Amino acid sequence: MGLSAAAPPWGAPGLLLTIALHLAWAPVHRDYCVLGAGPAGLQMAYFLQRAGRDYMVFERAPVPGSFFTRYPRHRKLISINKRYTGKANAEFNLRHDWNSLLSHDPRLLFRHYSDAYYPDASDMVRYLSDFAERLGLHVLYNTTVAHVTVNKDRGAWNGHYFILTDHRGQAYQCSVLLVATGLSVPNRVDFPGSEYVDGYESMSVDPKDFEGQNVLILGRGNSAFETAENIFGVTNFIHMLSRSRVRLSWATHYVGDLRAINNGLLDTYQLKSLDGLLESDLTDLAIVKDHKGKFHITLKLFVEEFFNQSSEAIPLPQDNNDNFAMRVAYDRVIRCLGWKFDFSIFSKSLRLSSGSELSEKYPLVRASYESKGSRGLFILGTASHSVDYRKSAGGFIHGFRYTVRAVHRLLEQRHHSVAWPSTEHPITHLASAIIRRINEASGLYQMFSVLADVVLLKENATTFEYLEEFPMQMLAQLETITGRRARHGLFVINMEYGRNYSGPDKDVFFSDRSVGHMEDAWLSNFLHPVIYYYRHLPTEQEVRFRPAGWPLPRPSALHHVVEDFLTDWTAPVGHILPLRRFLENCLDTDLRSFYAESCFLFALTHQKLPPFCQQGYLRTQGLVGTESLRQHGVESGLLWDSATMGGHSLAPGPPVSPFNSNKEEL
Amino acid sequence: MTSSRFSVFRAGISFVMMCIFYTSAVDSPELSPQTFFSTLQPGKATLVYFCQAESPRTSMFLEELNEAAKPLQDYGISVAKVNCVTEETSKYCGSEKDLMKAYLFRGNIPLREFPTDTLFDVDAIVAHVLFALLFNEVKYITTLGDLQNIENALKGKRNIAFSYVRAIGTPEHRAVMEAAFVYGTTYQFVLTTEIALLQSIGPEDIEYPHLYFFYCKPVLDLTQPCRRILMKESLTTLNIHRFIKTMEAPLLTEVAGDPRQVSTVHLQLGLPLVFIVGQQATYEADRTTAEWVAWRLLGKAGVLLLLRDSSEVDIPQDTNVIVRRAEEDTQVEFLALSHIDLIVFHLESTMNIEEMVKYEDMEELNIEIQDDEVEETVYRDRKKQLPLELTVELTEETFHATVTASDSIVLFYAGWQAVSMAFLQSYIDVAVKLKGTSTMLLARVNCADWSHVCTKQNVTEFPVVKMYKEGQNPVSYSGMLGTEDLLRFIQLNRISCPVNITSVQEAEEYLNGELYKDLVSYSSMSVLGLFSPTMTRAKEEFTEAGSYLKGYVTTGIYSQEDVLRLSSKYTVTLPALLLARHKEGKIESIPLVNVHVQDIVQIITNASLETFPEITVENLPTYLRLQKPLLILFSDGGIDLQHEKTILRLAKKKYLDSVTPCWLNLKKTPVGRGVLQAYFGTLPPLPLLVVVNLHSGGRVFAFPSDQAVTKQNLLLWLKKLEAGLESPIKVLPAQEWKPPLPAYDFLSMMDAAASEHLAQKVPECIKETDMHESDKEQPDDKSATTEESIGTLKMKHSSRSSWFEETKKPLRHDNQEL
Repeated sequence: MGLSAAAPPWGAPGLLLTIALHLAWAPVHRDYCVLGAGPAGLQMAYFLQRAGRDYMVFERAPVPGSFFTRYPRHRKLISINKRYTGKANAEFNLRHDWNSLLSHDPRLLFRHYSDAYYPDASDMVRYLSDFAERLGLHVLYNTTVAHVTVNKDRGAWNGHYFILTDHRGQAYQCSVLLVATGLSVPNRVDFPGSEYVDGYESMSVDPKDFEGQNVLILGRGNSAFETAENIFGVTNFIHMLSRSRVRLSWATHYVGDLRAINNGLLDTYQLKSLDGLLESDLTDLAIVKDHKGKFHITLKLFVEEFFNQSSEAIPLPQDNNDNFAMRVAYDRVIRCLGWKFDFSIFSKSLRLSSGSELSEKYPLVRASYESKGSRGLFILGTASHSVDYRKSAGGFIHGFRYTVRAVHRLLEQRHHSVAWPSTEHPITHLASAIIRRINEASGLYQMFSVLADVVLLKENATTFEYLEEFPMQMLAQLETITGRRARHGLFVINMEYGRNYSGPDKDVFFSDRSVGHMEDAWLSNFLHPVIYYYRHLPTEQEVRFRPAGWPLPRPSALHHVVEDFLTDWTAPVGHILPLRRFLENCLDTDLRSFYAESCFLFALTHQKLPPFCQQGYLRTQGLVGTESLRQHGVESGLLWDSATMGGHSLAPGPPVSPFNSNKEEL
Repeated sequence: MTSSRFSVFRAGISFVMMCIFYTSAVDSPELSPQTFFSTLQPGKATLVYFCQAESPRTSMFLEELNEAAKPLQDYGISVAKVNCVTEETSKYCGSEKDLMKAYLFRGNIPLREFPTDTLFDVDAIVAHVLFALLFNEVKYITTLGDLQNIENALKGKRNIAFSYVRAIGTPEHRAVMEAAFVYGTTYQFVLTTEIALLQSIGPEDIEYPHLYFFYCKPVLDLTQPCRRILMKESLTTLNIHRFIKTMEAPLLTEVAGDPRQVSTVHLQLGLPLVFIVGQQATYEADRTTAEWVAWRLLGKAGVLLLLRDSSEVDIPQDTNVIVRRAEEDTQVEFLALSHIDLIVFHLESTMNIEEMVKYEDMEELNIEIQDDEVEETVYRDRKKQLPLELTVELTEETFHATVTASDSIVLFYAGWQAVSMAFLQSYIDVAVKLKGTSTMLLARVNCADWSHVCTKQNVTEFPVVKMYKEGQNPVSYSGMLGTEDLLRFIQLNRISCPVNITSVQEAEEYLNGELYKDLVSYSSMSVLGLFSPTMTRAKEEFTEAGSYLKGYVTTGIYSQEDVLRLSSKYTVTLPALLLARHKEGKIESIPLVNVHVQDIVQIITNASLETFPEITVENLPTYLRLQKPLLILFSDGGIDLQHEKTILRLAKKKYLDSVTPCWLNLKKTPVGRGVLQAYFGTLPPLPLLVVVNLHSGGRVFAFPSDQAVTKQNLLLWLKKLEAGLESPIKVLPAQEWKPPLPAYDFLSMMDAAASEHLAQKVPECIKETDMHESDKEQPDDKSATTEESIGTLKMKHSSRSSWFEETKKPLRHDNQEL
């Protein structure tokens, strides 16, 4: 425990190492321990650092982001580095910057590190080490955490400490453990002959090694297509075999599916150029090597039947079926099946289990990214993708940089009583607050349907609090997580694609794919804002048993802001007006804005004033306006016209009575 | 003749459809021409479609026809289709080119043939068929002469329902036809599609379909025109039905007894009842009034005459109108209304709100029309080029350097936020006025572009104005968002606050306005704090108060050794405040005893209020804070000096402490006319004294116009008011400000779509679409994976070749492509 006093805490690793060796028995305490100095680990370190927390990042390699020193093998990142958007708004621009981490330092934007739209992976390595260095993040490099276990302790924040043991035997005692180790174990499929298969992690990336060869690639993800892209100009042909059909990201709207940049092989397949795609379950497969060293595809059960025989004796499918698709012999078989989470260092006592069938490669977590097995253990970054696998961007830098921030906000409230950041405004600013966020917020846009903004109404709905980027599946626990009260109703602002618009078999270019009219907003297909209104905070049950296909329980009222080709939702009539009407009807009030003159008239002719006049004019902050605006107001019939003595015929709810000259006394 | 034919077709009409098609599931029988003609019943109407071959056009038509079968059935018309392909042809089958025709039969007599393109949808089918069958009941006309002829012919006999529809076959045409089916024997229906005809009888808004009810039956004098009532609602079957029902109801009903117990057809139709309270003595006059009201409210409410003498119910003495709404839980309203128009207004204003909430047909309400005056005016002004270059636009890069380099005022706005854009115009006006004269830099930040700059400056709503001065914390402007007030704020900020006065002479100059001559027009009052040099704490408090009021009031401080010269001159003990009112040339002194910052601010703020101010749009809020009834003297132009004198004198004697006396110049504050209009309904002779009790009850009292505004009269009147002896000329409405219009109800739209989906698609889709798709769809989700593994399992147990069959599929595909 005396360590931090004895040594400059973040001094040269060598020095620390010496001391650590000496004090191997005394565990070093940290409030927060972060495993892995990849993008997610560094992002968390940044927030902990800014909040002045006691933390340490543990990194096996000598540099941050070591994954990117080797992967992707062909070095081209498929996360876009869009340097120009035509807009100055830095928050908006993050919607189209998929590589930067969040920080207050504008120099730490990825566009300063690469000019390429699809940047080189080594730029990412350079970026991450700059990020760690410039922000002075506390990272312990060259430290392999070999084992993680828990130690029950009543005094601990979560009733237990996490004990980390590194490769030198040094122990660390952590109150909160943040695992950001990514997916580090290559996925393998075990079948007879799998030993002949080259792995993506170790295969050659030199196209020369594939010249004039017949190549079979197992897998149909981006790594498989990236590999094919690299060699399909020199091979005889490439066949690609996977269990299920190819999922194109432009049809599924999921960035983890096959991106157009990698789909050269699809083009050649569909344009009859010998390359091809096949679907079959890899676990039924077997590979037999013949005497020339060529590989033949057959069935596992054939191999099992003839398991003692020489490879030539094993029957092949084409023996019975002479037009079997994979009857040619292959020179190479390459496995590109992706990665999975490394569970091996975690003791059973942590109860860290893998996800369901669909997201087996990820550890199981709640929507708050906290492990279901142990409190205080959070999974960050790529490994946290089970929450939104195949839906949103939580497995990628441009998504998890926001989920990491959400976890940090949760921790600040849980352990330091720092409530979730929020701003409070008078109710007349509600539409503006929402319009601002849906037009610029990058977290809502990237983590659509995972993180959502929440508006908490105060008593009588005269003011509201605005909370950003809350993990929406945790809505029922909002009060505990944020430390804010939600007693008077709330709005949830989410971004959504249209129902039934995304999917591997969907035609996303059909002719009526977009709607333009406000009344059809609920039929919008492209990503658009959706606002849910709840009179009461939904319960856990309601969230869990929500209607199928809904991201949230059925609200009291619902509003869709109609999709916009430019994602610019600021049209006064097309976007803002319907939103105001929705808010007005939820809150049962009039949210129009009025010039001071109108407020003056209302003040002297009504007992009550609309909120805009109450919150502005009556506090001597009325909007006076100019003569030219007044003129427009009179022309539009919305403003009181002194010339004609006409009443406020159109504007106010309870208007001045429109008398005519034909009077009859009763 | 008419009625007999009518009953015949009401007995039964059938509509036949015939064709081969496998997509739609038509319930109506598909017949061969032979069998069809044998099924025709005499007198029954049938719409028949003779179908030759399947084509996209016919299948679309058939879908519509199929849908129309049900509504037509309700009118006893059947629908059939005859297949000309399979059987020998009949003459109706026609040749290839006559393919697209449908025939309307009564019995086996063909009545009309329709090209199928006139029957483009369900509405068109129903409208056309009914139009053909109701040939006698609905007169189609094209000229005003036709209309006049019909009108003249029916005077004293029958009433007329005249409607204009944009075209035959439209939904509104169908609605009119459906109404004619029901009411055709009672009223003469007249239909036109000529907009010129509609214009000639003079509605204001000629774009929409219209329905008029002509009261011709009561017209016995042929020279008199029939009274015409316009239906205000949109032409839907339900609305027309409601409208005609109200036209049928008696115009005026006389009732006795409890208005809570009375019921008429109006209540059942969801319309309110209006009781005109009269008495035996004035029966004739009351009845005339009630009839007049009844005509005004025809179609909107039921009007009844209730004689006070005959009713045992206790009706409040001043009540002359009672309103009972259709909603069950609402109370009966007892009203005292001074004009007939007020009844109409009262009813319409509250009715509108309720109706709007209930209304289902959104388009009718124009919820897509902007009703926010700021949004609308800014939008209409969007193309105006503002001289933005007079202010400096700041960015993320320049913001910090600029506001630290010079004293600056910064407007934070957002390009899409209308209120801030409206204020931007005033801001530019300030820049125009200050051009070249101010040391203060006028800058602006568009937060739509520079979001982070605004967030860092703690600006999260718009607009915000902040003043940055070297070495000081930025100050937010909290005054009116207008040119004058902001200009005053900037000007008054030129001097430090409080300004340090160094000599007695300077103090005198400061107090008489000489020192800051150019600022006197911005601050009508100068405050000077007098302290002896040792009063450090009091000085601190005053300094803080001064900086709080900075930009709104000029404050100065004097604490030299010779301060006693000033305190003795103004006969006040130290510490003290001297208030110089420049307009009146008066200097007031207030001793400060144990006062804190807030108290000093309060004293100065209160002192800045005038005894008898001219009320303006800008200063009303300040005076409303006093929470007292306003005694307003409305004046067309400058104030009558005699009146001013009277009121000031009363105020001085504290007679007016229970009210806030003020006056309003209609020339300067023209919106005051709107106020008067609301109080009196018309512009009364001016000047005029009014008491408005805004904070309790909203009652408005007018000083009797036949009395002179003298001290005595005014005092007496005020006393009577206080004693509750005067009755108000108006009670201001106390309604809450509700949503002006409804919003789109997307939840219901989604529910409707979902239930439709369930009802229609599921049975068919499971059979066809899904079967079809499972071939194409590759295993992807969990269920598909299971399906596949089951397939694999099967393969293991049975023949091996089945697996090859599976693998052949992609292969076959490949072969085709390669």
